[in-house]
Amino acid sequence: MGSWSEYIANVRALPRTVWESLVRHGAPVTDRSRAEAVFQNLFLHIHNTRVHRWSLRGSYTMGLGLICAASFVVLTVTGVLLMFYYKPSMALAYQSIKDIHYVVPTGRFIRNIHRWGAHLMVIAVILHMARVFFTASYKKPREMNWVFGIVLLILTLALSFSGYLLPWDQLAYWAVTIGANIAQSPREITDAAGITRYIDIGGFQKTLLLGSRSVGEDALIRFYVLHVVFLPLVMGVFMGLHFWRIRKDGGLSRPADADRRLGPAAEDVTPVFTQAPRKSYGLMAVVRGTSSNVGRGPENTLPSWPHLMTAEAAVFMFTLAVTVAISFFLDAPLKEMANPLVPENPAKAPWYFLGLQEIVSFSAFAGGVLLPVVTLIGLVLIPYLDREPEGVGDWFGAASRGRKVALRSAVFGLAAVIAVEAFAIRFGWLRSWYPGIPQIVITFFNPGTVLTFLYMAYSLWVIRRENSTRLGAIAIFTCFLAGFIVLTLVGTWFRGPNWEFFWSPSRWPVH
Amino acid sequence: MSVDDPGKGVGRRDLLSLAAWGAFCASLATALVGAFRLPNPSVFPEPSLKVKVGPPGSIPELEYRKVAGRNLFVSRGEEGVFAISAVCTHLGCVVAPVPSGFHCPCHGSRFDALGRITGGPAPRGLDWLKVAKAPDGELVVDEGETVPPGTYLKI
Repeated sequence: MGSWSEYIANVRALPRTVWESLVRHGAPVTDRSRAEAVFQNLFLHIHNTRVHRWSLRGSYTMGLGLICAASFVVLTVTGVLLMFYYKPSMALAYQSIKDIHYVVPTGRFIRNIHRWGAHLMVIAVILHMARVFFTASYKKPREMNWVFGIVLLILTLALSFSGYLLPWDQLAYWAVTIGANIAQSPREITDAAGITRYIDIGGFQKTLLLGSRSVGEDALIRFYVLHVVFLPLVMGVFMGLHFWRIRKDGGLSRPADADRRLGPAAEDVTPVFTQAPRKSYGLMAVVRGTSSNVGRGPENTLPSWPHLMTAEAAVFMFTLAVTVAISFFLDAPLKEMANPLVPENPAKAPWYFLGLQEIVSFSAFAGGVLLPVVTLIGLVLIPYLDREPEGVGDWFGAASRGRKVALRSAVFGLAAVIAVEAFAIRFGWLRSWYPGIPQIVITFFNPGTVLTFLYMAYSLWVIRRENSTRLGAIAIFTCFLAGFIVLTLVGTWFRGPNWEFFWSPSRWPVH
Repeated sequence: MSVDDPGKGVGRRDLLSLAAWGAFCASLATALVGAFRLPNPSVFPEPSLKVKVGPPGSIPELEYRKVAGRNLFVSRGEEGVFAISAVCTHLGCVVAPVPSGFHCPCHGSRFDALGRITGGPAPRGLDWLKVAKAPDGELVVDEGETVPPGTYLKI
């Protein structure tokens, strides 16, 4: 009879015993248990157990990195939901998107969140890169993390591009066509050298992308596989590397005098250490070198549980709220079904590629391959070409020269891009005056390459004049931002049918 | 590293170890390159690129006929029948015929009546396509085969 009453007692104790086997330590009340809540948790232990108060300042980071990560989560969840109804075949894709939008319960909402979330992620990624740059957070030991960040930027743009090809509407079809032809643009070089017959890099890339020689079923399914499986996996790996590196680098960057500037922590904040902590030690190994925490006290750090977790939750909720609010009122666009016989006029890429499209309108290779590669290589090299240790952790560095150089570079960048664009729009470019000119000349001498050269020359001049590589880096990065913004604006508002210049869309010819 | 006389070159153990690592890396690299063989198609699944355009008598002189459902134009000159692709050589948009030749709506590339480039960002002129005679007497254009500009089919 003993085991029967035991049995009944076990049944009655079920809720408590199940709970206790899942949450074995209870709510943390000491600093040690707060640390344990982080490093003993499968999902949380990539975080450091303590976070510096400077890292939590909204005015410093503006939470932009977290907005990127939160957007990725939102996009993954909505993306998986969309996969329940989307069909990746030429005959069915368009109709399945329409079904999602008009028939599937909450389909319109989920689709909108996915589309607008993608745009917000691209914006957040660019702003995050700008924040990291202007606070000089790429300096030693964070150089490789900057490089991982650039890789994540490329992956974000690739994910966005592969995504808007999937509805197979007019925008998608012609974007694939243009993208595949840009992949083929190395032929501009091999044709000029006369070696296309032997080494056809362009043709190889185009066939690899399309799975065929023309845009069709294989292209769609390849972009689908890239978008839902391959690129998200690669992005997940690099996100892991990116977060891991933050830990290994000793947390987010901060100025050397951060502790003095922060002052004492507020009274009601969880105290740094409770009295009489229980410590136990085990000797694991003796290693050479120092960890990132040597020489730094625990002062001005807060336990990640709860402070970092609440900050992350707050930023996540904010990102979701903004995305949801936009998705509630604005519908994701969908053009007519893909028609290989009728190109869109004007056929415009999404906003983040319109700057490139403006340059591509002069040369496919220069705008599609050469200048993007040069820009990315330039970005990747920034932490290796500027190794001055000062100014980390503050916007524009502690010296006011940074702000001054940034403003002047913005003015120069704007003036240069407006001048080059105005010239090309008003007077045309080489082929307008010399119709027989060889294409290779235009490939290397066009508004895009001229502008890039001007920016590079300006930043080298700044390095010499101000005697600082950091200020030169600020110069070229600010110029790049200015050029990017203006070219995007021109491509968005001032280009109409036949990619001709119009002062406003109301002046486009009616067709 | 194994205990060895420093001046005597690579020891046997080190060489074998290096060779083993080298073999591993080489086989991994070969496997990766081999994996890339799969996405590179050998058989192209598109519909046939050859299209019948009608009997020779139906090809207009001095003007172009757009072949229905395909992006190409056929016409007849003094030297014979020829076909020009309507795909712009810049980024693949479809060109439209204009009195002076052809004009691409996407970025304004201009071509003359024989497909030669006269303006805009296109890197070269429009492709000329191979025209042949089918056994039943009709003309067949092969979109997949380009011929040098100025190649006519005498009829």
